[in-house]
Amino acid sequence: MYKIISKQKLAPKINLLKIKEPILAKKSQPGQFVVLKIDEEGERIPLNIADWDENEGSIDVVFFEKGATTLKLALLNEGDSIVSLAGPLGLPTQIEKFGHVVCLAAGVAAGFIIPIAKAMKQKGNKVTSLIWQKNKKMVFWENRLAGASDRLIIATEDGSYGQKGPAPMILKKMLENGDTIDRINVMGPGPMLKACSDITSPYGIKTIVSLHSIMIDGIGMCGSCRVSVGGKTKFACVDGPDFDGHQVDWKLFSARNNIYKNEEKIAVEQHFS
Amino acid sequence: MEKINLNRVPMPKQKPNIRIKNFDEVALGYNSQQSKNEADRCIQCPNPTCIEGCPVEINIPGFIKAIKDDDMPEALKILKEKNSLPGICGRVCPQEVQCEEKCVFSKKGAPIAIGRLERYVADWEQEHLKSSGQSFIKLKPTGKQVAVVGAGPAGLTVSADLAKLGHQVTIFEALHIPGGVLTYGIPNFRLPKNIVNSEIDYVKSLGVQIELDSVVGKKMTIDELLDNNFQAVFIGVGAGLPMFLNIPGENLNGVYSANEFLTRVNLMKAYKFPDYYTPIKVGKRIAVIGGGNVAMDSARTALRLGSDEVSIVYRRSEVEMPARQEEIENAKEEGIKFRFLTNPKKFLGDERYWLEGMECHKMKLGEPDKSGRRRPITISDSEFIMHVDIAVVALGTTPNPLIVASDKDLEFTKKGTIIADEKTGKTTKPGVWAGGDIVSGSATVISAMGAGQRAAKSIHDYLMSSD
Repeated sequence: MYKIISKQKLAPKINLLKIKEPILAKKSQPGQFVVLKIDEEGERIPLNIADWDENEGSIDVVFFEKGATTLKLALLNEGDSIVSLAGPLGLPTQIEKFGHVVCLAAGVAAGFIIPIAKAMKQKGNKVTSLIWQKNKKMVFWENRLAGASDRLIIATEDGSYGQKGPAPMILKKMLENGDTIDRINVMGPGPMLKACSDITSPYGIKTIVSLHSIMIDGIGMCGSCRVSVGGKTKFACVDGPDFDGHQVDWKLFSARNNIYKNEEKIAVEQHFS
Repeated sequence: MEKINLNRVPMPKQKPNIRIKNFDEVALGYNSQQSKNEADRCIQCPNPTCIEGCPVEINIPGFIKAIKDDDMPEALKILKEKNSLPGICGRVCPQEVQCEEKCVFSKKGAPIAIGRLERYVADWEQEHLKSSGQSFIKLKPTGKQVAVVGAGPAGLTVSADLAKLGHQVTIFEALHIPGGVLTYGIPNFRLPKNIVNSEIDYVKSLGVQIELDSVVGKKMTIDELLDNNFQAVFIGVGAGLPMFLNIPGENLNGVYSANEFLTRVNLMKAYKFPDYYTPIKVGKRIAVIGGGNVAMDSARTALRLGSDEVSIVYRRSEVEMPARQEEIENAKEEGIKFRFLTNPKKFLGDERYWLEGMECHKMKLGEPDKSGRRRPITISDSEFIMHVDIAVVALGTTPNPLIVASDKDLEFTKKGTIIADEKTGKTTKPGVWAGGDIVSGSATVISAMGAGQRAAKSIHDYLMSSD
């Protein structure tokens, strides 16, 4: 059993859980994830590690309430426990001195791109974090993001805070205005990962996308998370989750991520109505 | 001279029309009279050959004699001297190519049903005694600590054997439940999970600790275990990486690896969806590609999930199928269709990337290949389309590379298996042993247990000589 030390609502439907796990607190690296299971009936889902604290022996996960499992996770409180927590899984994000690095994240991913931005900055890169949220209410951890970056741009879909417009368009403008970008790390929904990859492709800027595939074990056993990258089948859990966005078969990725759309609805109806 | 009795007592089973609607065990097990009748057939050869066929060298005539004599505690004691998981082995060992094949009655087509008797003894314990380690006089604690990676058949066996010798054993298991393939792979209708659980409880009762959610290679490394009070490490992580056909369309929605299909059902209980949260796609028409036990398990699982038509697609003919005869018969009785000499060349999908069918070729058999089985050859212009909405690829597994990537000292073959001494399980890295599918490539539960047993002896010698 793994105890929840604290819980915090960061924005509507976006939650932070701090979970006790001293070894993970010591071992986690930027870009890695855990697979957790709430209880006997629960499914195993991957969640990115947003932060870790070796002194406290804890890790942070940030998640958006969407399917039955994340809705149930959001009902847990300080003092509650979950039955399973495995990690740190996946290959860590490649952190090197590249020059100017853009860390682009949308929605809940703003929470877990921070370790990457921080590590990139520590390595001597100039880091621009470009965060895209629906509206002002959804903006969270602005200070943390600012602290992890040299420059922070926040954009909202409705313009209620920061710049207006989708982040990929802002990225496009940056490039058109002659901003030199040496590498981009993108986290968020599939369509946005694809949009960013399409924009950077003509400029030849290495664009690393973090793929959130459907997983069970997270250790390469089942192949549920397989993606096609550069024409080769890869397992997002052990070969990723980071891949070259210019090489990903996005149509396949989107199709595979929708396999259980109907079942997700059924599960939500069964447990939450 | 005793009269030879060639009437092998048949195994009582659930009727096919009933069992395809449930996940309960198909084979019901002998009752006391049936087990006595079968045991009475054994002529107690003075030089028994059956033991040679057992990878863990159970005193087979000994435990059968105890059944004859109605001394069940003795039968159990003899069995557990060599086998810590008899309820599992009695069910899933391929006895027909091991102990039973060596039985003198085998040539006459009626070997003693050793597996069924083994199962009877294990189930007797379940019913009459609470599984416990009490019956063993444990040696004085040696103060030595051993880390075992993986709580599957090899890991559980090496752990039990070392614990009986007085060593403190901790198993590090990656998943949230122990058992490895016994838990995620083999379905309940062939190996009930309460049997697996009680045999794992027995191993724990010997003092073995099991740390779950512990992915060695990620959460900790082999070197960290060796630096952390463990004098020896045994790697028994199995062959967990699913093989695919590598043909077009294999990533379409609706194409599963057998590992995924079975894990969803067995480990995550998707057959109870939506009460349990893990979903599975069932489909009206399912093709399972492959001819081994895992293919049979997948097909029979699909049937129980409610598929209308389940076909096994195999590129050779029935005689080359690696699955146990018993399982092939069970599958046939249940209405699984078999398409032999058929090989998929391409998965076909709709515009939304959902599987619609498979383009297959008819095959014929040529000369034997290095496995000794006749090689399948494609018949040209024999293409045809099978309409299916789910396909399960059950071609076998290869070693999981997580350990490979995390340890620079261990030596591996090109196939990714760990190089280890066949007799002792010793790897090229000091203090580290390995056994089971991670060394042999995908094989059987009992051969992994045999490797665990041999490694336990070698580890024990090493621990006791290194003071």
